[in-house]
Amino acid sequence: MKTLKSVDVVIVGGGWTGLLMAKELATRTSLEILALERGPSRKPSDYIDGMDEVDYGIHNKMMQSPAVLTVTHRFSGRETAVPIRQYGSFKPGTGTGGAGEHGGGNADRYLPEFFTLRSHLLEKHGKLPEDSLVADWGFNWDDIENDLWRAEQLMGISGKAGNIRGKIIEGGNVYEGWRSHEFPTPPPKKNWAGVMFFKAATELGLKPYPQPSANISTDYTNPDGISRPGCAYCGYCSGYACMIGARPQPTNVLMPILRRHSNFKIRNGAAVRRVVHKDGRAIGVTYVDEQGEEIMQPASIVILSAWTTHNVRLLLLSKIGEPYDPATNKGLVGKNLTHQVITSAKAMIMLDEPINSFMNNSGLGFRISDYDGSFGIRPSDGILRGGCFSGGSQSAALPIGSFGRIPPGATPRNWGSKWKTESARLFDHVIGGCGFRGDHLPWRQNHMDLDPTYTDIFGDPLLRMTLDWTDHEQKQFDFAERVAMQLTESLARVSGGKLHKQGGPSRQPQLASPAPRRYNASSYNTTHIQGGAIMGSSPGASVLNPWMQHWQIPNLWMLGSCGFPENSSGNPTTTILGVTYRAADALIEKYLKHPAALA
Amino acid sequence: MKENISRRDFITVPAKGVSAAVIAALGASLIEPQTAQAATPETYLKVPLRFFTAKQAALIEAACERIMPADESGPGAKDAGVVIYIDRQLAGPYGHDKYRYTKPPFVQSVPEHGYQGKENPREIYQAGFAMLGDGFVSLTPEQQDAKLESIEHSMFFQMLRTHTIEGMFCDPLHGGNIGMAGWKMIGFPGPSMTWRNEIDKHYGEAFRPPPKSLVQLVGHPVKGMEDEPV
Repeated sequence: MKTLKSVDVVIVGGGWTGLLMAKELATRTSLEILALERGPSRKPSDYIDGMDEVDYGIHNKMMQSPAVLTVTHRFSGRETAVPIRQYGSFKPGTGTGGAGEHGGGNADRYLPEFFTLRSHLLEKHGKLPEDSLVADWGFNWDDIENDLWRAEQLMGISGKAGNIRGKIIEGGNVYEGWRSHEFPTPPPKKNWAGVMFFKAATELGLKPYPQPSANISTDYTNPDGISRPGCAYCGYCSGYACMIGARPQPTNVLMPILRRHSNFKIRNGAAVRRVVHKDGRAIGVTYVDEQGEEIMQPASIVILSAWTTHNVRLLLLSKIGEPYDPATNKGLVGKNLTHQVITSAKAMIMLDEPINSFMNNSGLGFRISDYDGSFGIRPSDGILRGGCFSGGSQSAALPIGSFGRIPPGATPRNWGSKWKTESARLFDHVIGGCGFRGDHLPWRQNHMDLDPTYTDIFGDPLLRMTLDWTDHEQKQFDFAERVAMQLTESLARVSGGKLHKQGGPSRQPQLASPAPRRYNASSYNTTHIQGGAIMGSSPGASVLNPWMQHWQIPNLWMLGSCGFPENSSGNPTTTILGVTYRAADALIEKYLKHPAALA
Repeated sequence: MKENISRRDFITVPAKGVSAAVIAALGASLIEPQTAQAATPETYLKVPLRFFTAKQAALIEAACERIMPADESGPGAKDAGVVIYIDRQLAGPYGHDKYRYTKPPFVQSVPEHGYQGKENPREIYQAGFAMLGDGFVSLTPEQQDAKLESIEHSMFFQMLRTHTIEGMFCDPLHGGNIGMAGWKMIGFPGPSMTWRNEIDKHYGEAFRPPPKSLVQLVGHPVKGMEDEPV
């Protein structure tokens, strides 16, 4: 194995978190920084050629190919896992910028109690269910608010505040935690579907507010001096790289700064296999380069910033920490695996008028927080946490994915002249049932470890996910689908459309989740898999301290939502970047002065 | 399956409304030499095949036409060149399963785990040729429908149906949606640099700008992933 010259900092993974940490280090220190990125380099100027549904929407050109790396899945510890052979429920990115290059742009904050959720629920209910692994993060809202604001400024998030330093503002999210400032840019324009959804929600007495979005509404220059144009509503959004750079992506807000700093380098085509460590210190990483050569890269500080499952897998492959065993509840690596609880009303609305749904972005529309957290939840609902409802976004309006959205059974077959005629007639005339995105709490059964059978292209074991919905999530689904149906019925009244209940506009109606629902690894949920290397205030209960530093190996830091003990109704990017700012401050201001454990 | 690189199999499709750029991208030649420049309703395109033999292409084209027939709602799979799209996808990395995890052991599992089979799309189509049978092209439309109904639950048919939708509504750079026939049928305008001045101006009424393909929009050739090395 070839050993290269040591660097001060090696960063594994060139996505949002790794490159934000690199930007902070490169601009605030003179350290020599090297980022190792498995995928190709990306040029935003090429992105205009990406307005193509076949290559990007269907063949996932921005994502990591499962042929290169995937995971296995089983529902419970009693089963043998099978590999996820083609992507379904989540889609990790690849290349410089990672999944940050193809996100949908929903830029929510979590509720303030979320960072102390265990304490909050214990105070509220006196006890937690036996198998719950809900945990506190080791800091609170007041500690993180300014870092969330830094993340929102970096991205230029569009929205309307509902609570500025305790002052409640109607029209914004009145349920949110206090924020120090109004959003950097105002809410986006409304499409017709959004106008109707707003009215439908208001008529039920709910408080819809504009979905906070990274697909910015107007031209914006961030504090680093990076300028981006407002969104063009072209509709090629989630799953695609933004062709004009309206959406903040690591290649347009971080790389332009990093390229100006000679103490930063990025090496593409470098697949990291192990963190090398000895006597409680990380020595460096080994990786395979594009030519297939195995290389040792020594470093004084190692930062893991790959996607959630890859970060956790690197710990397991490198034998850092004890793997979690749900039978004994011992071990820490791999615990608190969560996804998000996603569903929608099993209904669709057919309108006489067309929606012009090709004009949109994935973060358009309105969100409703009246049932988020524990707001609006009654004891008879049987759940600890709810979530948010949304409507008005038409993120799947491209023709291949949308053709054939007709009521199941409307035609005798789902092919042939009758089906084609009805599908063509209803194209651009259908609104799906209103959507729900809920908190996913961690349970003992859901965890990650190494698969005993399946391996990657180097022969290393794949990560194995054991994940299924528990009774709590079944009740969340029931609750959410009930409220979402009320919203959808209201939307049908407001729009004058024809409501069809049962069987949403799915292209795979045979998988339309019958109760009790099982985790469906073949159908898209979100790309927000979290946990596996959680942070917390005690080394006996968490892998990382509240600054994302490894408890036992002080020169090993981990970034991203692998550190999050539970999963929120809000999408994670803002919080992920806020936590990364917090980690960068701790590393630069404390660790570099005293290179030891911070806590 | 052994490739016969000297093979010269073609499929002919109507050339109505096909731009010179698409003709060039398909490597196609015009039959009807009296029309030197623009294509006319009488002209046909002779498109070289990459995976199918001419006979297989005719078989798949006939089956796709029953999934998406030309009718009062608009043109069908044959007019849109769906079989050209499928031929190119099967010849490229997708057909060889380059986007799927293909390590053994292959085990049967529940639908929630997606397709777990060993066969790649090329092999699934090979099996499909036999399921349809050589005589399929000469059956009446009703007999063809009955045949397809009998294999409706097969992996091959599900794939063929999916690919027919893809070929009907893909960007023309992939060989299907010839003349943007599919997009015109449903009123989809294709990619655009901006709808910023339009998004809030057409509430409740149809806004139907004439479609543009990606190549027309960006003004330079764009290669699809099917052209990447296998």
